[in-house]
Amino acid sequence: MTTAPSIPSLSDVARRSASAQSLPETPFKIEVDRLSFFYGEKRALEDISIGMRANKVTAFIGPSGCGKSTFLRTLNRMNDIIPRTRIDGAVKIDGQDIYASGTDVVELRRRVGMVFQKSNPFPKSIFDNVAYGLRINGLATTNAEMEEQVERSLKSAALWDEVKDRLRESALALSGGQQQRVCIARALAVQPEILLMDEPASALDPIATQRIEELIYQLKQDYTIVIVTHNMQQAARVSDSTAVFWLGRLVEHDRTDKIFTAPSEKLTEDYITGRFG
Amino acid sequence: MARAGDWALQAGGLLTTAAALGVLAVLLMDVFADGLGRVSWQFLTSLPSRRPSAAGIYPALVGSIFVIALTAAMAIPVGIGAAIYLEEYGARGRWARLIEINIANLAGVPSIIYGLLGLGLFVRALMLGRSVIAGAATLALLVLPVVILSTREALRTVPASLREGSYALGATKWQTIWHQVLPVALPGTLTGIILALSRAIGETAPLITIGALTYVPFAPDSIWSPFTVLPIQIFNWVSRPQADFLRNAAAGIIVLLVLLLMLNGVAAWLRDRYQTHRLV
Repeated sequence: MTTAPSIPSLSDVARRSASAQSLPETPFKIEVDRLSFFYGEKRALEDISIGMRANKVTAFIGPSGCGKSTFLRTLNRMNDIIPRTRIDGAVKIDGQDIYASGTDVVELRRRVGMVFQKSNPFPKSIFDNVAYGLRINGLATTNAEMEEQVERSLKSAALWDEVKDRLRESALALSGGQQQRVCIARALAVQPEILLMDEPASALDPIATQRIEELIYQLKQDYTIVIVTHNMQQAARVSDSTAVFWLGRLVEHDRTDKIFTAPSEKLTEDYITGRFG
Repeated sequence: MARAGDWALQAGGLLTTAAALGVLAVLLMDVFADGLGRVSWQFLTSLPSRRPSAAGIYPALVGSIFVIALTAAMAIPVGIGAAIYLEEYGARGRWARLIEINIANLAGVPSIIYGLLGLGLFVRALMLGRSVIAGAATLALLVLPVVILSTREALRTVPASLREGSYALGATKWQTIWHQVLPVALPGTLTGIILALSRAIGETAPLITIGALTYVPFAPDSIWSPFTVLPIQIFNWVSRPQADFLRNAAAGIIVLLVLLLMLNGVAAWLRDRYQTHRLV
């Protein structure tokens, strides 16, 4: 990374949209407009508007139950699976509203990959885990092509050297950190544009966590990354911009260094200094 | 006090287990003592006869295998399909609950009722006659509720994280079910299916009701053939007055037991094969 651009004066900046524009200049990949989300009658997300820039890492932080994971899952319509949920507002990816009728959800989820909090490799071999997405999406026609793509994905996930001699072994035999990287490789295999990560390192030890964080740093060259974390140091280390959630609302979204050094909102300050959460 | 209660419970448990196993052991010993001498290649390959020493179990053995294979061929796809629909696609609500309760009830309906249904539906209305196909269809109906219930149970144990992982890669619902959910649910499903088929292979009443023959001097050679099955042949021999026929019946029971064990063995083998990747 090059040196960070200068920080604009804090006082008179209209918080969300304006400060988001002060982010290093890549176009918005994801734009969310007045999004509310309901589980049955309960409103879990309220009126969220936020933009996430291409090839940047956007971190969502906030106390447990603040809606950050729920919000993440609206970005690839993963909440569709849960019965009795409802959504208002719009989520635009490359300007297209993904909740517009006629959206191909299957195609959307191929473009917007996801890595889950608890690593969930399929009970299959390492190779088949990574190959699965390629197979179902018809992305590799020959065996050679398949092997090449699997290798590429495992290399991108910084796992190739550790598993190249045991690709036919069960993915469940790997360590927790390796399993999570299988899941990342699996997500990368289908060549998404966006990678959503839901506390990808929360179940891992510090060394495995560090590897994942280094990986995220490399991956943002090719992907737009959105990561949910309850670890503030992690958000500070890996992200370019940070959004703070509280009780289903977006409190503040700004450059990560600004959020952690000079937040505009009292709530943000209270949260990052550990006064609640 | 607590320790005495603990001891009593343990002793009681041991006693009841011993009683159950003891009765079974006596039964088995009796059967083997009577029948083992009769089990031979000749017994397996001969047709029934008026003379007990010449009589064999060939038509019943072929009939049983034929009927059970056909039952499985009908009940397994339909049962698994129904379970997938009810568990994965069907709407949740009052209707779903009603259907679920009804299936559970069907699993407890006496088998002779299925025999009457088979007689009315397959033998008469569909004019299949007293054939292998009519018998198999009747047994398929009989085992269907058990197959559906156990498959649904197995589908329910598949963790949601696995489905989400598949959906997140752009898999359709059907791809997720076919490639991820079913393989994981398969061991549980197989257990249910084998239990159901084990029950079907020992069934006598519904087959007698639909008119399976008690004396068949030929093996069924098509699904339209008349047939008999092992339990019916055993029943037939037991009801004869001559002691030698009772020995034939005991030998028939041994053959039936071996068939059952083989069925269970295949199931265990399949289960292990598909459980090489265990979920942790």
